[in-house]
Amino acid sequence: MADEIKLTLSRYNPDKDGEYTTQTYTIPYHNDWSILDALNHIKAELDGSISYRWSCRMAVCGSCGMMVNGTPRLTCSTYLNEFYPGEISLEPLANFPVVRDLVVDISDFMAKLTSIKPWIIRKNKKDEVDVSSEYLQTPAQMTVYRQQSLCINCTLCYAACPVYGLHPEFIGPAVIALGYRYNNDSRDEGKEERRKVLANEAGVWKCTVVGDCTEVCPKHVDPSAAIQRTKVDSAISWFFSKLTGRGE
Amino acid sequence: MEILSHDILIVGGGGAGLRAAIAISQSNPSLKTAIVSKVYPMRSHTVAAEGGSAAVLKEDDNHDLHAYDTIKGSDFLADQDAVEAFVRDATKEVIQIERWGCPWNREEDGRIAARWFGGMSRKRTLHASDKTGFHLLHALFQTSLKYDSLMRYDEWHVSALLVDDGKIAGVLAIDTRRGTFSILAARTVILCTGGVGRIYAFTSNAGILTGDGAALAYRSGAPLKDMEFIQFHPSGLLRTGILITEASRGEGGYLFNKEGKRFMENYAPTKMELAPRDIVSRSIMEEIAAKRGFEGPYGSYVHLDLRHLGEPKIMEKLPMVRELCLDFAGMDPVYEPIPIRPTMHYTMGGVHTDKDGKTPIAGLLAAGEAACVSIHGANRLGSNSLTELLVFGARAGRTAVEYASSAKPCPSERLQALAKEKMDFIQKRYIRTENGTERVGAILSELRKTMDEKVGIYRREEGLQEAIQIIQRLKDRFNRIRLTQQSKVFNTELIGAMELDNMLEVAHVVAMCAMIRKESRGGHARKDFPKRDDEQFLHHSLTFQSPDGPRRETLPVTFTKWKPEERKY
Repeated sequence: MADEIKLTLSRYNPDKDGEYTTQTYTIPYHNDWSILDALNHIKAELDGSISYRWSCRMAVCGSCGMMVNGTPRLTCSTYLNEFYPGEISLEPLANFPVVRDLVVDISDFMAKLTSIKPWIIRKNKKDEVDVSSEYLQTPAQMTVYRQQSLCINCTLCYAACPVYGLHPEFIGPAVIALGYRYNNDSRDEGKEERRKVLANEAGVWKCTVVGDCTEVCPKHVDPSAAIQRTKVDSAISWFFSKLTGRGE
Repeated sequence: MEILSHDILIVGGGGAGLRAAIAISQSNPSLKTAIVSKVYPMRSHTVAAEGGSAAVLKEDDNHDLHAYDTIKGSDFLADQDAVEAFVRDATKEVIQIERWGCPWNREEDGRIAARWFGGMSRKRTLHASDKTGFHLLHALFQTSLKYDSLMRYDEWHVSALLVDDGKIAGVLAIDTRRGTFSILAARTVILCTGGVGRIYAFTSNAGILTGDGAALAYRSGAPLKDMEFIQFHPSGLLRTGILITEASRGEGGYLFNKEGKRFMENYAPTKMELAPRDIVSRSIMEEIAAKRGFEGPYGSYVHLDLRHLGEPKIMEKLPMVRELCLDFAGMDPVYEPIPIRPTMHYTMGGVHTDKDGKTPIAGLLAAGEAACVSIHGANRLGSNSLTELLVFGARAGRTAVEYASSAKPCPSERLQALAKEKMDFIQKRYIRTENGTERVGAILSELRKTMDEKVGIYRREEGLQEAIQIIQRLKDRFNRIRLTQQSKVFNTELIGAMELDNMLEVAHVVAMCAMIRKESRGGHARKDFPKRDDEQFLHHSLTFQSPDGPRRETLPVTFTKWKPEERKY
């Protein structure tokens, strides 16, 4: 008999009975299959009714995050051979409302993403559309924000973050990293505008430095470091505002 | 049915759609504009583009050189007026995206850097390491967020266009989340839905590339142009077909056969590994046919060797190549050559448009890979497509503003009537399928296998005829489809069925156009007609839907400065 592996999927259908159940599928084991390959096999061959998101299958679109045996992972780049001969359990990303089966509602994340104003802000608005020449930016200046510009919005860090689980108002790791990315881009002049979001009660000070966000990040964005550096930065500017009498 | 009214609707939230949206929001924020996309915009496939975006920025370069390279690359099938407009706008667009935050790699002095790319006679490919599409898409998406006037319908799938008496009136779309259909009315609709890659099994394309825009337009009477021209990228990772960027050769990587020879010297002695993609892909296939390829459990392949570039350069210029190799092929290109073979990559054809994005249906526009302007002709040069979606996204946006300001909206009774007809069709075809027996997965996998085997890099008359027969049979089987997911919320089986229907329609056109074009030009290579035949085939193919299947007409190519010549590298 060919080798097999068991995958247990979390099922939820609000149309039907609205109950969370699980369903186990036994499929042929291939040591080069990703978990996403296995899901696509199940959907095409065994059960067309399962719902999950996926698209690029090359770890750059950020769609296919799930809890794999309790840890948030991209299923396209997580392989069966990591678990075989053990079983695999798949659940929707933690800390988000479930829409259906393995699909979660990320609208809270999307709203927070917009709130940080993730675009180049210039004091002179004409700069934004002046195409006569590029802004100059040296490779060294780019290095300062490069790492934080690599976030694919997969939201694994939100699923891993215990603070976001307890305090859903927390703007969270990826959004803070993105704020850090723009604040530290030499072309940007929007730090003041973002401070309101970054340094308020739902901002960086909520973070208790657990570091799980950095641990699970598939793109090594290191949101935890971005949060701690933003804390330092915001403490310094608070101190200066007191010193100079220019409150916020 | 619910009617949601807009002035302009953009279908697809990838690079072209977002660029159009920003152009509209900037020039007239009072227009009610929305992006309707079947995925969140930052998931769109633009995200996966790697190598770069071509534009003239440097002192040793000029627009005529970029235009000539593009036209020669196209095997003289590109419309030269469109190419000239493209290269001129390109320079402005790549600076504009820089000003919106795209982290282009830089020279030491802070100016934007450029790299070599296939078929380009100058270093003109701007890049953000080898994650150019990712950075470009996120810069566009994030910039789009600052326009409060711009609405989005995320995870809505467009099921039909509503066309009233030759004029666009809106679309019928399903909100995947709720599972309900609505009329999204609009005076102008821009299709930015990307290519048709998933009709092939071995492809670099994401799962969402199902030819939706092409099928929607085609069913509504708009013609598809040059659909026989499919680009196969030389370097697909074995097993998955995932793209390894051409920048790996632009930065100095070599191709080797199993005899350890840089075989490109037999095919393109001047350009070597940096010949255009169609030529490099065919060269690899010739090596494999001559038994000079390697053999393994995932079939035949050749080596792409980056080892001599060294780890620091690979990490600086090609970090994603290394990530992809480690994650998806279990090998490290710093120490081992990468096993590769050609993978379906890009759809040169698409919805027929002029250089302002207009289709023959009034108010219906298209841009990006979904459209065929045509600037790529029979073969696209690497790094022209990211630029294309900026240039033609912006152009379509400007055209839409102009058109929407004068067009009248369709009356709501008429919209309801148009939508009811479509809705009845959808109910019958996809939803009430209790008596069906056929599965989506089974039809899809046979389609993809057929396209790989019979409408691939090399084509022959018999194979193409067989492909058409098989596709017709699959279409017939689709009439007996059965869906097992009987609920509304996030019903991916229903969406999958609609996508498969689109793919069958488009694949039929690709195979038929490939059969009729009895010559070899650019990405279309016929073993039985190995030469280019300008006497008979120096024209675009234009395909209309008809009750008897695809009906093909021709359209002359526009020439300005450059006469057709033999294409040698």
